[in-house]
Amino acid sequence: MSQNKYWQGFAEVTNPEGAQKKSADEFQEELPFEGFDSGKLVDAKSPRRDFLKYLGFSTAAAALAAGCKIPERKVIPFGNKPENLIPGEAKYYATTYIQDGDVIPVVAKVRDGRPIKIEGNTLSVYTKGGTSARAQASVLDLYDTNRITHPKQKKGDAYSEIPSYDEADKLVAAAMAGISGPVVLLTSTINSPSSLQAISEFLAKNPGARHIVSDAVSYSGILLANEASGFGRKLPTYNFGAAKVIVSLDADFLGSWMNPVENGVGYGKGRKIDERNPTMSKHYQFEGHLSTTGASADERFPHRPSETGAVALAILAGLDGSVAAPAITDAKLKAGIDKTVASLKANTGASLVVSGSNDVNVQLVVNAINNAVGSNGTTINWASTSNYRAGIDKDLTDLVAQMEAGQVGALLVYGANPAYTYYDAAKFTAAVKKVKLTVAFSALMDETTSLCNFILPTPHYLESWGDAEPKSGYVSFLQPTIYPLFKTRPFQTSLLKWSGNNTDYDTYFKAYWVGRLGTEEAYEKALQDGVLETTSIAGGIVSAISGGTYSGGSLATAAAAIGAYKKGGEYEVVLYQKVSVGTGTGATNPWLQELPDPITKATWDNYALISMSMAKSLLGIDLGNKEREKENNDYEYYPSKPVIKITVGGKWVELPILVIPGMNANTIAVAVGYGRAESLGKTAGGVGVNAYPFTQFNGTSFLYSADAKVEDAKRSLKIAQTQIHNSYEGRVEVVRETTLATFKMNPNEIVDWRQDLNDKYTNGTNDFRKEATLYGVHDAPGLKWGMAIDMNACYGCGACVVACHTENNVPVVGKSEVLRYHDMHWLRIDRYFVSDENNPDDLKGVVFQPMMCQHCDNAPCENVCPVAATNHSAEGINQMAYNRCIGTRYCANNCPFKVRRFNWSDYTGADSFKNNQDQQIVGKLDPVVHQMNDELTRMVLNPDVTVRSRGVMEKCTFCIQRTQAGKLQAKKENRPLVDGDIKTACQQACAGDAIVFGNINDKSSQISQVRDTNRQRSFYALEQLHVLPNVTYMSKIRNTDEIIVKSEHGEGDHKEAGSIPAKQEGHGAPAKAEEAHH
Amino acid sequence: MAKKIFLLTFCLAIFSIQNLSAQDGKAIFVSKCASCHNPFKDGTGPALKGLEERHKWADHKELLKWIQNPGAYMATDAYTQGLKAKFGSMMNGFPDFTIADVEAVVKYINDIQPPPPPGDKAAGGSSSSNQNATIFGIISLILAIIALILMGINSNLKKLSDDAEGIERPEPVPFFRNKVYIAMIAIVFFAISGYFFAQGAIGLNRQKGYEPVQPIFYSHKVHAGINQINCLYCHGNAWESKAAAVPSVNVCMNCHKNISEYAKGPKLYREDGTEVNGTAEINKLYQYAGFDPKKPNDWDPSKAKPIEWVKIHNMPDHVFFSHAQHVNAGNVQCQTCHGNITEMDEVHQASELSMGWCINCHRNTKVNFNADSTGGNKFYSIYEKFHNDIKSGKMDSVTVKDIGGLECQKCHY
Repeated sequence: MSQNKYWQGFAEVTNPEGAQKKSADEFQEELPFEGFDSGKLVDAKSPRRDFLKYLGFSTAAAALAAGCKIPERKVIPFGNKPENLIPGEAKYYATTYIQDGDVIPVVAKVRDGRPIKIEGNTLSVYTKGGTSARAQASVLDLYDTNRITHPKQKKGDAYSEIPSYDEADKLVAAAMAGISGPVVLLTSTINSPSSLQAISEFLAKNPGARHIVSDAVSYSGILLANEASGFGRKLPTYNFGAAKVIVSLDADFLGSWMNPVENGVGYGKGRKIDERNPTMSKHYQFEGHLSTTGASADERFPHRPSETGAVALAILAGLDGSVAAPAITDAKLKAGIDKTVASLKANTGASLVVSGSNDVNVQLVVNAINNAVGSNGTTINWASTSNYRAGIDKDLTDLVAQMEAGQVGALLVYGANPAYTYYDAAKFTAAVKKVKLTVAFSALMDETTSLCNFILPTPHYLESWGDAEPKSGYVSFLQPTIYPLFKTRPFQTSLLKWSGNNTDYDTYFKAYWVGRLGTEEAYEKALQDGVLETTSIAGGIVSAISGGTYSGGSLATAAAAIGAYKKGGEYEVVLYQKVSVGTGTGATNPWLQELPDPITKATWDNYALISMSMAKSLLGIDLGNKEREKENNDYEYYPSKPVIKITVGGKWVELPILVIPGMNANTIAVAVGYGRAESLGKTAGGVGVNAYPFTQFNGTSFLYSADAKVEDAKRSLKIAQTQIHNSYEGRVEVVRETTLATFKMNPNEIVDWRQDLNDKYTNGTNDFRKEATLYGVHDAPGLKWGMAIDMNACYGCGACVVACHTENNVPVVGKSEVLRYHDMHWLRIDRYFVSDENNPDDLKGVVFQPMMCQHCDNAPCENVCPVAATNHSAEGINQMAYNRCIGTRYCANNCPFKVRRFNWSDYTGADSFKNNQDQQIVGKLDPVVHQMNDELTRMVLNPDVTVRSRGVMEKCTFCIQRTQAGKLQAKKENRPLVDGDIKTACQQACAGDAIVFGNINDKSSQISQVRDTNRQRSFYALEQLHVLPNVTYMSKIRNTDEIIVKSEHGEGDHKEAGSIPAKQEGHGAPAKAEEAHH
Repeated sequence: MAKKIFLLTFCLAIFSIQNLSAQDGKAIFVSKCASCHNPFKDGTGPALKGLEERHKWADHKELLKWIQNPGAYMATDAYTQGLKAKFGSMMNGFPDFTIADVEAVVKYINDIQPPPPPGDKAAGGSSSSNQNATIFGIISLILAIIALILMGINSNLKKLSDDAEGIERPEPVPFFRNKVYIAMIAIVFFAISGYFFAQGAIGLNRQKGYEPVQPIFYSHKVHAGINQINCLYCHGNAWESKAAAVPSVNVCMNCHKNISEYAKGPKLYREDGTEVNGTAEINKLYQYAGFDPKKPNDWDPSKAKPIEWVKIHNMPDHVFFSHAQHVNAGNVQCQTCHGNITEMDEVHQASELSMGWCINCHRNTKVNFNADSTGGNKFYSIYEKFHNDIKSGKMDSVTVKDIGGLECQKCHY
């Protein structure tokens, strides 16, 4: 029996009235006029002077504008226009996003020669057109102003340009001739078959040469464990869709582990609900901190990072007793393990256990568990192995030792960055200096690159030819979408030249694939499709699923080793990756830096996540205590957060804290990927702190958790969080969530609530729509756009948020502006914690709700605009005319969903008055804003969408440029619009297929079907306000047996719009239902 | 008939390829033949008027063979070989031509009459409203003067009568110090200057009549008017894309490989009255193209340099305008917005391109609604309500306004 509370910040649980008061004022700042502070114009310090100033300025501006000659604009056609190229129309090229071994087949939208948007490639069977936030943002990396523009050679401490690659080849050849030790090629995971062949040719030509793979965050624990279990040094393909029970031991498989897009697509299959027969997979998560994946879990059991092995052992012991169960003291954790074991036993052959640990012993136990529950050959496929990661940690540590001993002649680095990611970066840096010849193939001046003698810049993937084989048999191709912007050369070309092969990689790549596929036509078809997923070629897909052959020989040793692990100390620190910057490669991307983290909603930083109890004991922040209202509100509402000093084995960092519910009490979690070098530019440089030094090496593999000492640093730092920027003022009917058991027991709860609203409101006419407004109903004679969002399929990954940024030219505002509530995201993902009302730390679940303009048919924003800049279209869209907006912000004030965004400054450089970006009255903007306005970076802008200037309101348009283009295409082809012609950017980006968009006037469209078949879960946010949104949400369902008690509805709750008491869910009739026991 | 003359005189730009009915000779001629052939004079290919009297062309089957596959036909035919020698290039083949198409085109060519010599048409008619305004202005002025005189007479008479009746009155204030007059004049002044200020402000950044000097004196009158080249031959992009696009140099060279001098057409003059040497302008094109007329076969189109034309029609950045929507989907004539392009040597901006101008057209223009099964764009089949209203006679046509053509986000997003 429980009464659930949905909350975004602690104060909403402990002190709802105070929280509401704090967030009542949407625009907490006054307009930036001097002298008006007193509120009365007449009493202002210098109204006359101000008046004259503004008068003078306007007159001068008008005179200037009138006197200026309209600049002469040129229209420059091609000299010789290529066939099939239509200026003004986009072309799409299939290519592949590759980063650190992650592979996502994508399609690049190229507008007049510029790639401007990345979409998923729907032809790929394993990503099904899904993308990640990083893939979406990758197009911006192409236009990074910090890219290395030409080959360089180190002379003294500075670099000088090498005029040509021929010159560079000669210099390197001369240097190669003078070395004594072997050549070592150090790369991140490379899963390109043609590149691997080029590398092997290079190694063959250079006797003694070696290729060493090192991943920023290592998977060698799994690789070695799989080898010891008899599967070979491989990663299998995990089929999350086939699993009825998914157990994750600290694996963030929806956020950062393996290929989250592939995992998410599979996971989504088991999580979508058919109302007529509601079943879904059951997801248990054991972890130290609250991860993105943990947020979607049905049941979460926090534990110390040092206990991962013990948890795994306990599960295995419970399953088949082949090992002795370790002592687990935490009663809740123990109960969780028992429950998990019972679930696994009941679902043998339909279960999957994954672990994110890099400890070989833990992974050996996990292999034993999977063997015991029959995963191999059902949910784990050994016939198609994954090539996402291949690095073995010992290889790298050995290499560093050899470099230190002067045994390495030349080091060629591509993709790897040990000077930043290595646990002992200082040692690596010193070792590099002992290598005579060092060459970096890199697009950016990263930490390792800036140590090397030669830098040969590499092209961005959108400028490259190439291929990738992320899973054996599944090949994905790259083709250039733009002529290289800078003097770059693929690293493969360099290797080919240096091994005496005088062909470019471009030619080599083509020859390789024409050879493998037989004909040029087949090669061209493969390039056009972008993916080659066929059983018909040698090395193609093996269609049968294989369980491999498991051997449990190493289990006993592993179990013994785990048993002997020492207990964790008072505090333990665990490193994790954010969905945005990942291992650090995303840190240079402004879109990713500004993407709020799914859990913390923080941008532009890393920080220490700590539990409520640690906050209390360490810092005296007692967020659960209702007596300490003021202190708690201060913590919650001001961006300054106390800083703690975390020390691990002599290395320390100081980081601000964020208190997160559902954390293990003793665990501190810190994201890696921050604290990058200044040479990478102002986006990455100086943001956050590098946490890689906390990595431990146990002689076999790197471990990403450690015992730590923690102390209060007695200072504070600001964190730019967006979670409290948009408040619903105590209205709770925005988000709905329930458990599977409750839903089965009372499937019509939402339907009843809506019917009840309708009955009470319409006074018997039963016409909710007409009754809702004085203004008359908006007709939609042809099309009417609507959207449905399945919250069960949303994992909060943020791909949609970045896609929206890219598609709609949404500006980046920088940390200082986010701190001032000036973030511009049109689409935000609200994160709600679900807990018992009295116990916020006992986290039951997390709900992610993508929130954008709801395009209300009875929109409160439209009525208050004094200049009718926002109004309703005949297609049901709440439209916003930027050039008409005068910036009163009444609309944003009146929007119950808080989805309107105001351009407080000239973020995009769109203003006619150049100095608007630096005016003192708007405050200095962060360097990143200026970087985004660079001529080069602006090439990423979508030419079909206006770049908004200062003083203008903006918001989601339902991607109107796409609906308009789709309609025009249909008209050009003289046919009716087909459902699916038009997809919004967020919908297209989503790997979970959570968003459906279409014409609701068409009863056969997907959107109509989805709404029709999901009546029991569908609701409108804040439906009782009668604003008639056009976005439906489908409530989140957690697969647990808990019965959530609701109040009896209809006790006068819904008589008047907007006057619903804040705690609508919490009061009313006493609880009737008992918790079901199974 | 009027329409026919219109078609003869002006280049007809807009013909949906899908909408071509087989018998529509002029449409076929314009879309397929007109880029090289003129009925009355030799162009890239020979003049077609009276073609049935030449060679074997009275037999339309022979003609069809030639049109469908000129290469094969010419192999055994001396006459067409002669044509190739005369015009320097072989005709393009149109394998999808049917005998019905040939009949239609020949009929069209036979029926067609030479265009009247230029300069016949009177420009008049447009200034009548201006004249009215002047007349009204003069009348108002006269009335105002009469009113002033009457007022003066009135005050004089009053003074006389006052004198006669012996009433003492203060000395009258002269009109230039009379507060009522001053106030009235001030109000009138503010009203007039306000009007001009507002008009000026609205007109900021508008450039109707803008006619910049272009790098090459390219005459639309010669190309689209006299030679009747289809607009879409050069601006084919307008059919597909938001941009109409200026043709690339290789498109110019399609014809100008053979036309290297300007000889037969009327004399060309710049805006300031100076005469233009047409041949010299063609030579400028050759400079850009890197083309040597003496060695035409050595030309390499990939070496052509783009020409930097001055953009005339500039939409503000916050306006989305698509040519494809108007030209292709909307069947709007190019001339509707670009004016009498076939009469212009160097092009000037003929329309205001203001929002009011756009909106007015959207108010009145009927969409290509598929009111019945025979015509219209099938896209509009989803507008069930309008279909019912048309059937029941409540509506007779659907304007752009009815389908949301006045809404902000039709153009601003």
